[in-house]
Amino acid sequence: MTHELPFAITLDPSTSLANKTGSWRTERPVYLDRLPPCNHTCPAGENIQKWLFHAEEGDYEQAFQVIMEDNPMPGVMGRVCYHTCETACNRGQLDEPVAIHAIERFLGRMAFEKGWTPRFTAPDTGKKVLVVGAGPSGLSAAYHLRRLGHDVTIREAGPMAGGMMRFGIPKYRLPRDVLDYEIQRILDTGVQLELNKKVEDIEAAFENEGFDAVFVAVGAHLAKRIDIPAHAAGKILDAVSVLKEMETGGEPPKLGRRVIVYGGGNTAMDVARTAKRLGVDESMIVYRRSRKEMPAHDFEATEAEDEGVLMHWLRTIKEVDGTNVTVEKMQIDENGRPQPTGEFETIEADTLILALGQDVDTSFLEKVEGVEIARDGVVTVNAQMMTGRAGLFAGGDMVPAERTVTVGVGHGKKAARNIDAWLRGKAYEPPLKAELAAFENINPWYYDDAPQSKQEQLDPVRRQTGFEEVLKGLTEDNALYEARRCLSCGNCFECDNCYGICPDNAVVKLGPGNRFEFNYDYCKGCGMCALECPCGAIKMVQEGS
Amino acid sequence: MSEDTALQRVKFYQTGTHTVGNRLMDEDKRSVQSSIDRSNAITSGHRACQGCGEALGARFALDAAMRSCDGNMVAVNATGCLEVFTTPYPETSWQIPWVHSLFGNAPAVATGVAAAMRRKGRAQTKVIAQGGDGGTTDIGFGCLSGMFERNDDVLYICYDNQAYMNTGVQRSSATPPTARTATTPAVGEAPGNVFGTGKNLPLIAMAHNIPYVATATVADLHDLETKVTRAMNMSGSRYIHVLVTCPLGWGSATNHTILLARLAVESGLFPLFEAEDGAVVRTQKIRKKVPVEDYLKLQKRFAHLFKKDREDVDRIAAIQKMADANIDRFNLLGERSAP
Repeated sequence: MTHELPFAITLDPSTSLANKTGSWRTERPVYLDRLPPCNHTCPAGENIQKWLFHAEEGDYEQAFQVIMEDNPMPGVMGRVCYHTCETACNRGQLDEPVAIHAIERFLGRMAFEKGWTPRFTAPDTGKKVLVVGAGPSGLSAAYHLRRLGHDVTIREAGPMAGGMMRFGIPKYRLPRDVLDYEIQRILDTGVQLELNKKVEDIEAAFENEGFDAVFVAVGAHLAKRIDIPAHAAGKILDAVSVLKEMETGGEPPKLGRRVIVYGGGNTAMDVARTAKRLGVDESMIVYRRSRKEMPAHDFEATEAEDEGVLMHWLRTIKEVDGTNVTVEKMQIDENGRPQPTGEFETIEADTLILALGQDVDTSFLEKVEGVEIARDGVVTVNAQMMTGRAGLFAGGDMVPAERTVTVGVGHGKKAARNIDAWLRGKAYEPPLKAELAAFENINPWYYDDAPQSKQEQLDPVRRQTGFEEVLKGLTEDNALYEARRCLSCGNCFECDNCYGICPDNAVVKLGPGNRFEFNYDYCKGCGMCALECPCGAIKMVQEGS
Repeated sequence: MSEDTALQRVKFYQTGTHTVGNRLMDEDKRSVQSSIDRSNAITSGHRACQGCGEALGARFALDAAMRSCDGNMVAVNATGCLEVFTTPYPETSWQIPWVHSLFGNAPAVATGVAAAMRRKGRAQTKVIAQGGDGGTTDIGFGCLSGMFERNDDVLYICYDNQAYMNTGVQRSSATPPTARTATTPAVGEAPGNVFGTGKNLPLIAMAHNIPYVATATVADLHDLETKVTRAMNMSGSRYIHVLVTCPLGWGSATNHTILLARLAVESGLFPLFEAEDGAVVRTQKIRKKVPVEDYLKLQKRFAHLFKKDREDVDRIAAIQKMADANIDRFNLLGERSAP
């Protein structure tokens, strides 16, 4: 400005827009996407917050498509996943977590009713990948490899696909029509499935059949056994076989009138509840520690008790003599370990079912050069999920990890991404993780009080007599309600708060779907936008940093 | 896969029900401040302090007023922070027809503007007068009471930051008891402002039996905008008293402006209500009641009440008693209706 201004005046007569008050600032607000705790803990790496965002608007198909980017089985997942997402959910600190699993299950049902299919865009690569085992991990890997453009063949030793989802999880938790539908949707993407075909020779698959990579996920199907002195041998079965027989046998397994299930894991609960449904008079759990230390999820034990399963905590089985089972009382020492007390009891039982865990059948891998099998029977893999044999990857229950369906599905995805990179001569670089959206980043004031919607449970009498699904699903109204309980932790949901409350009009609204940006010419750095952002998508940073 | 149960209904927007806008909300239910087309009655570049509550309160109120009359209005402004930070000669931040005269005569000037409009055959032009608590409860009080008494067709909005902030934080008749100001320092036997009854202008306005009296804060936009819109659609004298946080005068963090206004409401210290023709017709219920300490502790003007080992239990209890009396008087607890 060269012309003269009136006395003591620094600016031209004009609007205050000439006055760039942003120069007052010492801290600046920045928009960011923080990592919601649900996404952070999901073993399948689902972008839960993102699909809930679409579900909140009633755009269920888009929500389904977002799930399908990470997990091809929302219907299965909404039923059998132990939902670590809900344990981590920030809303749990406010009232109750969002019932994510119930919404996912609803989306799975919508996809079934509307016949939605995942959208694939990658061009075919011409690379051939063999997947050994059609369980959750194998199916997931096959799906993701197909999604990335590869030719995929699954070889399954058993007569049906599904693995432990079919042979380990009872129908009352996972109806088979849901499982069949979601497996078929994976196969419909162009995955070849060969049943009753046990892979014995991995090298032959590489050398003779021209597979460029192999992913093995054969699970852990061998029941762990222990020696129990048996004078006149009673009937002793293992849990995996009983559950498997439920699927494959023509007749249900004969268990007698009184059954003891030995173990405290989820499989023990499943078997005890299955026995009850098969009409035994008494189904009992015997476990050496107390309910507090049992590995089963609490809801499984509660549901089992509701159905009339009897619990004998702090008991070990010492001896079996015909139908007399001798158990010893235990107590928990200061290290949390069960110790014998020398007191004994006798329980009558026609059948004893062992539910003590499972081992991996690794015999077919022992001859593959480079493959390392640890002492406990699991296969060693590197960070890329590859074994010591180049191009041979492994995942699911046969590698060291928690043995759940969701972990298996996550392994499948991770393996697929690494196999894809390996086939292209690269290394898969996982995207950098954003900082966690903690409860402290949330401003709960802006959310309405909304108690969690409850899934209805089947009447206990009907639960004791049949294999009908125990938990009911949500209606559309309920699912929408529940989706809208999401706090959208760390991710802008366009609530206009920053735009509305900035004293300096320094927030620019970019229109639906485009969020906002700061006009730093006028932002004085008061920090109100960051504190009043309901979901914690704004952070204050030092000016100049 | 049949599964049907009917347990919960979608009541409202559990996702950010109380936010400024919401992508899930119907367009016509969203606040004026969420609109990309809002007037921005006070535009950027004004010289209000960081986190100024008054800059917010005035924009919220005037943008809502502009929407409700399609921009056909004139605003008269008393002297005070609002006038000074928006119009240091030769600039202006106002994007509306705006008049400033003196500290004490805004109600009289507004009355005159309304009369002139009527005389010119433009009676549909709405007139708003605005001032701070000093210009309203002290200096302009006589003018204001006269305007109420004649029931002149003006909406008067008071932005109450509880002291003369523009001239360096001096006590006004709206300064709360025990608060430290430049003229009521925290020294001696009874530090801070005297523990009197204060001058409660919304109640005094009600005593004039004017058509509409309301209180609001910068913490609840849906509430504030609803009240401004309601007032704009009435005629005669109308009065809205808006609590606006002053980070400088209150000694609060600049990002606590909205939080403090919210705590003032939730503690009961600042009751939200509407009165028509002298009688309370609606109150905004407290959502989650908080003790007055939560509000007081965040402000340096009350710091002397919370000295280490010498917490002024008696005076804090007296302030709590004021809050509880408000809760009783306006029946502030109970079921809250959807905004």
